[in-house]
Amino acid sequence: MRKEWFARIFVILLLAAAISIPVAGWWKRSQGIVIHARMAETGGWTPENLTVQVGQPLHLRLTSDDVTHSFAIGQSDQPPVDVIPGEMTDVTLVFDRPGKYTFYCTRWCSVNHWRMRGTIEVTGPTTTTEAVAPPLYVTLGLDIDAKHQAEFVPAETPSALRGALLHQVIPPAYQSREYYLIHTPVELWKALGGEPALQKLYDQDVWDLVAWVWQANTTSQELQLGKQLYAANCAACHGEQSGGNGVFADQLAQPKSKNPTGMQAGDMPVKPANFTDPNTMLSASPAHLQGKIIRGGMGTSMPYWGPIFTEKQTWALIAYLWTFQIEMEKLP
Amino acid sequence: MSTLQEIPWLDKAAADENAKAIRQARTVRNRYNLLRISWLLPLLINRWPQFVIRAMTLAGFVFTITAGLIGTRVGSHNFAIIFVWIAWWTALKLSFIPFGGRSWCSICPIPLPGDWLQQGGILTKGRGLGLNLHWPKRLKGSWLQSGAFLLIGLFSAVTLTDPRVTGWVFVALFGLSIGLSLVFERRAFCSHICPIGGFTGIYAQTAPIELRVIDTEICAKHDDKSCYRGCPWGLYPVAFRDSATCGLCMECLRACPQDNLALNLRPFGADIGKPRTAKRLDEAFLTLVMLGSVLAFTSVFVGPWGWLKSAAYAIGSLRWVGYALGFLALNLIVLPGLFSLAVWAGQKYTGKKFPLNREIANQAQALLPLGLMAWIAFTVSFALPKWGYVVAVINDPLGWGWNLLGAGNILWSPDVSGFSPVLQVILLLIGLFWSANVARRLADSDYRRTVPIQVFCLAFTLGMLWLLIG
Repeated sequence: MRKEWFARIFVILLLAAAISIPVAGWWKRSQGIVIHARMAETGGWTPENLTVQVGQPLHLRLTSDDVTHSFAIGQSDQPPVDVIPGEMTDVTLVFDRPGKYTFYCTRWCSVNHWRMRGTIEVTGPTTTTEAVAPPLYVTLGLDIDAKHQAEFVPAETPSALRGALLHQVIPPAYQSREYYLIHTPVELWKALGGEPALQKLYDQDVWDLVAWVWQANTTSQELQLGKQLYAANCAACHGEQSGGNGVFADQLAQPKSKNPTGMQAGDMPVKPANFTDPNTMLSASPAHLQGKIIRGGMGTSMPYWGPIFTEKQTWALIAYLWTFQIEMEKLP
Repeated sequence: MSTLQEIPWLDKAAADENAKAIRQARTVRNRYNLLRISWLLPLLINRWPQFVIRAMTLAGFVFTITAGLIGTRVGSHNFAIIFVWIAWWTALKLSFIPFGGRSWCSICPIPLPGDWLQQGGILTKGRGLGLNLHWPKRLKGSWLQSGAFLLIGLFSAVTLTDPRVTGWVFVALFGLSIGLSLVFERRAFCSHICPIGGFTGIYAQTAPIELRVIDTEICAKHDDKSCYRGCPWGLYPVAFRDSATCGLCMECLRACPQDNLALNLRPFGADIGKPRTAKRLDEAFLTLVMLGSVLAFTSVFVGPWGWLKSAAYAIGSLRWVGYALGFLALNLIVLPGLFSLAVWAGQKYTGKKFPLNREIANQAQALLPLGLMAWIAFTVSFALPKWGYVVAVINDPLGWGWNLLGAGNILWSPDVSGFSPVLQVILLLIGLFWSANVARRLADSDYRRTVPIQVFCLAFTLGMLWLLIG
């Protein structure tokens, strides 16, 4: 009889394990918040505003109701995960600093793809929020909505390599990071052209010196990062070759061109910016571009990327944008 | 069939005529009693090894149900779909049945709780529950098993791919088995309902293993019939003519005071090719249902017709009704009709020996190797390329992103595209020639009588070849 009881207990233990393992996993999963992803036109993320405490794990169960989306958290190292129709993707997030985080879709799911954003409010034990320094365009008082045209443009694309080979000494004032951030290439070109030591150079030579200075403010790693960010986030509208002709560009332009009365005075062209156009690019400073990227708008469909990109990522993207105007290759 | 009720001579077991028939079983050559292997006998006599395996399959079965019901709905990531329909099905078709006959039945978890309740204990018998009624006589045979298999066939496209449906089907089978154990005596579910048991039984007749009495004289003198009383299936080993019914549970081995039972290794197909005395139209029908089902399943799952596949999936729709009617017509009318016609034509040329019914039941034996090999070839077509999924679902059985083995997302899929068709052709040809050989023996080498059957088999083989290899 003892054997019989042993056998019964053995069976009961095995059955308990067979049931409790999946059920425990199921219970743990059910603690998570289910987030449905839909194209922005039909609702975007539901729910789109979440709240969690610092250090508390946030279990999210992501699923898509239409096409494949992707879930990423702005300004974080969390790798994006795909959100697949009919499947549940589990993500556990832990935030170590309070603040308002943005989650967003990284798949070009529809023309309003960038509108698929939601927020996670992370509250801390103390309610003090870190003071964030305002971005440069604010402290400088730049009007990033104003039209800007370059007074001068180079005859051919400025080349950092050619600039370096001119063996000219550039005054240190122009070589600082601070100078680069708040000046346009045209401003540097004019300033260098006014330097007595450089007056004998041709205009194109000075443009090459500008390229050399611009190149000195970036690194190949930074350009690589910028390239990746551009391909993932910007190319859909601005085009892979940056001509302002990305796959969504025409659709963005359509609503207003069909309804010209909707245009208001001061409206910017709704076509995405063309980074290969020297007139607009060379008359913008890095601070100016940073403002446009993080704030967006300008009367166009440009999203705001402030909550998405870290400062490092924004500067990397800007450095990469210059490559559409300047040949950045280094001395061999 | 070998149930006690059908053995009228049991009370006077030594009656001459039957004793002669029993002794014939002893004189059959080409047998090797595996119990002569010294370590095997204790392993089989002792209840613990089998009990431990059964407890684990039971836990696995319950886990499968749970995974099916609450795990991911994506079939290819759910244990219930992949482990059952790829791993277990392949093991059943490629190993348990062709080499072990009903060996799966000996460790099958489905009847165990019912068994235990019925006998009031796991290893020992106590005060059991249940009414222990006799199974209704008119429901005997494998008609219900054929019906259950056809029913599953109607919904197979969804059952085989949707974890929830697989889970609920298993819950239903489990509940039915327990319920029947409490109402009827012994293994009512296994013997008369289980759709797997039905075809496992008929194909077990081709397998190279059998459980038989060594010396029927000893049994005749044994008044107690402890083997019969101990058999959960209600079978009497002395009466075994074939291996269709014995579930190889080894209870008779444990019960026999004289060690008068043998677990024989025997040639493939040893049970078939002899004219039967009983006319078993139910077995003939089940044999034909298995042929029809493998044709239908191959058409739906492997064949080139997308519309057929989507019709089979769209349960309840008009298209599905069309598929269902076609499936039933193939199994209930076309194949039985063609086969009966073939048997009738054979008789017409050579003169009647038996009534047509009996002849159909007899000749259906010839279709067993054909069907077995067709099922194996069909299984090879989908199981081999999908084998990698088995590792993936053990690693993450519920499709929730678990990583139990640390295997990550490794999806190892052997490339069998070159090797698989060759294997399928070989399997189908083995089935065809084996069946032809059985048909010839059944017809006492009267070739004219077998020609229509051979044509039937050839047409079936060509159909399978066309579907599988194109």
